[in-house]
Amino acid sequence: MDVLATLQKLVMESGFAGFFMAGGWKNLIMILIAFVLLYLGIVRKFEPLLLCGIAFGCLLSNLSYFVALGGENALYHPEIWSTFLDPSSPYYHSYGYIMSNCGLLDFFYIGVKAGIYPSLIFMGVGAMTDFGPLISDPKSMLLGAAAQLGVFAAFFGAILLGFTGNEAASIGIIGGADGPTAIFLTTKLAPHLLGPIAIAAYSYMALIPMIQPPLMKLFTTEEMRKVKMEQKRQVSRNEKIIFPIVVATFVILLLPSTAPLIGCLMLGNLFRECGVTDRLSDTAQNALMNIVTIFLATSVGATMVADTFLNIQTIFIIILGLIAFSISTIGGLLGGRVMYQVTGGKINPLIGSAGVSAVPMAARVSQDVGRKYNKSNFLLMHAMGPNVAGVIGSAIAAGFLLSVFG
Amino acid sequence: MTEMSIGSAVLTAVMGYAVVFFGLILLMIVVMILGKAMNKPASETAAVRDAEQAPVTRTPAPGSAGEIKLYDTDPKDAAMIMAIVADTLGKPINELRFISIREVKE
Repeated sequence: MDVLATLQKLVMESGFAGFFMAGGWKNLIMILIAFVLLYLGIVRKFEPLLLCGIAFGCLLSNLSYFVALGGENALYHPEIWSTFLDPSSPYYHSYGYIMSNCGLLDFFYIGVKAGIYPSLIFMGVGAMTDFGPLISDPKSMLLGAAAQLGVFAAFFGAILLGFTGNEAASIGIIGGADGPTAIFLTTKLAPHLLGPIAIAAYSYMALIPMIQPPLMKLFTTEEMRKVKMEQKRQVSRNEKIIFPIVVATFVILLLPSTAPLIGCLMLGNLFRECGVTDRLSDTAQNALMNIVTIFLATSVGATMVADTFLNIQTIFIIILGLIAFSISTIGGLLGGRVMYQVTGGKINPLIGSAGVSAVPMAARVSQDVGRKYNKSNFLLMHAMGPNVAGVIGSAIAAGFLLSVFG
Repeated sequence: MTEMSIGSAVLTAVMGYAVVFFGLILLMIVVMILGKAMNKPASETAAVRDAEQAPVTRTPAPGSAGEIKLYDTDPKDAAMIMAIVADTLGKPINELRFISIREVKE
């Protein structure tokens, strides 16, 4: 036995040797990015349920590159997915090919690619959401619509920066402040951008308490911020039961491409409200939501491979995402100002910023800022109306973009 | 992939924003109509119920517990609750005044 040759072989086959292979340094950077994301999720508590999974998926995917050097033992194979998306390939849209050649994270990713996880997450969101504030004050839907301004502004900005229509649409939807919707649309239109878009969407959602208050101060007067809103009417149980059925029927007929998201959102809500499916509601809110979150986060993280993540496009996406969030907030606030004027000062414009979705964090920010200027002000339930309208609004925006570019 | 001119991008953005508004405004109208339709019969039913109860409440029987409003509570349960309260307090039921009994759902 040649001891030296054996040792040399062991060294060459180790993952550490991969640092010195062509492009290995890029994967090393991705591993460091995964560590930073883990820090943000665990220590800074930035959307930890998702960011921890995304970061660890990124870590595993890039570690497996070193171990397998991108070979058949890798956990995630970007090259197989490129084949899957190439119309000239014999394996175009062949899940059979994927499943016979895939690693663990490829297998998880099938659920993202088929649009299953975002839809199931929406079912859980629906089961957790009380649409009562929206039903009691349907006018708040206008604020949910106004706060989608950032989606289309960022879309336009992305086109100016040279992105294709499909890529621009996926980047714009970050402004909807709705992670599952962003993942759903990006998977359909620009899957190669999934990693940076998911990271941008979830990071900015976690940063809402920092991004929104300065804009709220800038776009409203102190007098407006002090407005105390009247208590809302009580919503009957029957109204709450009929609401998801009406919304699903109406929105899906209007924009059929929203069917997976709106359908699951409203099914989850029906489980919650109908009173005879408590077990299903509980499963959708807890067990199912948690299981899907694990698969979604790790598989989205796995797509963060060096070749598609470490480029100028990622930096543009991060910047455009911030712009999209900010403009959506401004759109909601301006909508709130219009309603303040129209109602003769009965609407506090601060609830407009909650129209950016991000349930319930954006509504909590409206509550906190409102109380800062008027201690007796309780805006939370008033802000929940635009907040949940924003979820429907961002799904409609995604459905529109999917119809145009899909 | 779809390459877009700036003009087409502006048009798409404006149209997309308009579609979101259009969809949510229509939904708002539907929800408003639904709310009115569903609350109208409820208020009418309440009015009829109040009218039926009115003669009884105006002239309570001697020795009764007086006027009481029941919300989601069966009269038999209400009678039992009043009897238990009277027994616990050690007072005759006709010396107590019950205003309303409501079933707490959660």
